[in-house]
Amino acid sequence: MIQIENLKFQYPRAEFMLRLPRLDIESGKRVAIVGPSGCGKTTLLNLISGIALPLAGSVTVCGEEVSAMSDASRRNFRIANIGMVFQQFELVEYLDVLSNILLPFSINATLTRSPEVRSRAIEFAEAIGLKEKLTRRPAQLSQGEQQRVAICRALITEPGVVLADEPTGNLDPENKRRILDLIFQLAEKQNQTLIVVTHDMGILSGFDRVVDFQKMRFSDGAEESAGAVPGSIGEQA
Amino acid sequence: MSGTLGLAWRYVLFHKAKSLILVLCIVLTTILPVAVKLLVWQFDQKIVARAASTPSIVGAKGSSLDLVLSALYFKQEVIEPVAYAEVERARGDGLASAIPLHCMFAAMDYPVVGTSLEYFDYRELKVGAGTQFVSLGDCVVGQKVAEILSVNVGDQIISDRDNVLDLAGQSPLKLNVVGVLEASRTPDDWAVFVDLKTAWVIQGLGHGHQDLNKEAPGSPVLIASESGRLIANRGVVSYIEITDENVDSFHFHGETDEFPVTAILVSASGFKEETILQGRYESSDSEVQFVRPEIVVRDLMTIVFQVNRFFNANAILIGGSTAMLLVLVVLLSLRLRKREMETMFRLGCSRGTIVWLQVGEMGIIFGVAMVFVMLGSAWVWWVSGNIVEGLLVNGR
Repeated sequence: MIQIENLKFQYPRAEFMLRLPRLDIESGKRVAIVGPSGCGKTTLLNLISGIALPLAGSVTVCGEEVSAMSDASRRNFRIANIGMVFQQFELVEYLDVLSNILLPFSINATLTRSPEVRSRAIEFAEAIGLKEKLTRRPAQLSQGEQQRVAICRALITEPGVVLADEPTGNLDPENKRRILDLIFQLAEKQNQTLIVVTHDMGILSGFDRVVDFQKMRFSDGAEESAGAVPGSIGEQA
Repeated sequence: MSGTLGLAWRYVLFHKAKSLILVLCIVLTTILPVAVKLLVWQFDQKIVARAASTPSIVGAKGSSLDLVLSALYFKQEVIEPVAYAEVERARGDGLASAIPLHCMFAAMDYPVVGTSLEYFDYRELKVGAGTQFVSLGDCVVGQKVAEILSVNVGDQIISDRDNVLDLAGQSPLKLNVVGVLEASRTPDDWAVFVDLKTAWVIQGLGHGHQDLNKEAPGSPVLIASESGRLIANRGVVSYIEITDENVDSFHFHGETDEFPVTAILVSASGFKEETILQGRYESSDSEVQFVRPEIVVRDLMTIVFQVNRFFNANAILIGGSTAMLLVLVVLLSLRLRKREMETMFRLGCSRGTIVWLQVGEMGIIFGVAMVFVMLGSAWVWWVSGNIVEGLLVNGR
């Protein structure tokens, strides 16, 4: 369960202020956040993951109030509960596929890289059809393959919440669908809450819920909002 | 930390060219001053040790440095010789022991040192193979000479001519190798030792020729041919080799006391005796000087160290410039890798770990560079002994 209440956020020296009175996302749901560039979609992911702190209001994820935590606690919380997928894949160029999938274990002292973790990474690679390319570097992979590796990296720590920022933004139409299906499939298998930020309206089928930042409305499935508390998003401060 | 170090190692391996250039920059900037430092240190150790083991030297007045270099390193500088009689004078009625040195010639480019057997005890030199020189024409070669010329006991080496264009000059003399010294890692390894009298024979002060009466009884030294031209008797031919058969025919013309030596190693029995001896030389009007090699060499090293100080300052400037360039490279690299670092941070990596990653990468590059510097320094250390010896012995 993700709960956001009376949220206010503003970047230093920026005029734009994000305001969000309330947003609740149930566990295990697949939620798409749509809207044009600059309306605060990525900022919302940063607030949920604890990378950014709100000026006011609270962000509660998996029962813990992220916005009230110290820097170190938020980092540990992020390691344990959040998996992230980026538009540009952001794979590390000097690491091979397997090492990229296992990257969270290399850079976080709180995570232990056991033989089981390695086996899980290989299973993931097999599931996404890259078992034969474990020793390849990102530059030797297609864009679709790179994003698949990035998804595995996000899921390898078995987080409760997966945040994907424009995961299909750099992919061709055929790959877009395949990647989304893959994310859905893997998230469903681990009962993970999935929040996908996108401005691509063509990929919204399959989500449990769509949050439209521009129209400031929340909808369940393809229908208009029902039950969600409207928020004032994207107002000028 | 091992995960971070592992990542750092893989980054360094992936960017081989960049890492290699950085390693080379550090190695080249570091190895040069280190190598010079080692060379100067070795030079100082060797030259001072040799000088310190030689209390005092008597020789012709002139450059004390040339005299010391000639006596300690057998450098064939143009120095005036002194008469052999000075050896007795240097003994100063029992105040000191005196060992004559005659270092004017070379054999196969290595200095021929005429001396007495006392020299070997004085320098604690041991004959590794064969024996000491016992008769005229014998020589004992240093270990390096034997190794480089591939000579051993029973072989012969020939003294070099003064001047190959001077047909009337001194003929070379074949020297019989009767012994090879054990390695001492001193200039003695690079010299050919002969008895003082053999050195005088090389100089032409002594010679041998066949017994005219025995070889050609009744014949005059010069005979006239039928055409009226004068022809030398074959018995007049001088020997260029001293053998058991002809050794008795060798003789010297003139007074031995007036024969030349280039330096005399003087070892007084005590400080008091040495001071008395020095006083005698300083107060006399003779053309002879009394020098303490250690003082002369320390003066030389003072100049060397002053030059070295300039070199050190230069090395510091170059090192500083290189360090600044390295910092620039790292900063540019950080800028290029900003997104990579940001991604790591988003994946839960702490800022401290990201700094450690950078430190680890630079640490690996510095570590590899230092390994090369150490290997290079070890190599320099290993060869510098020979280089310094070579520099000190006739500039080889």
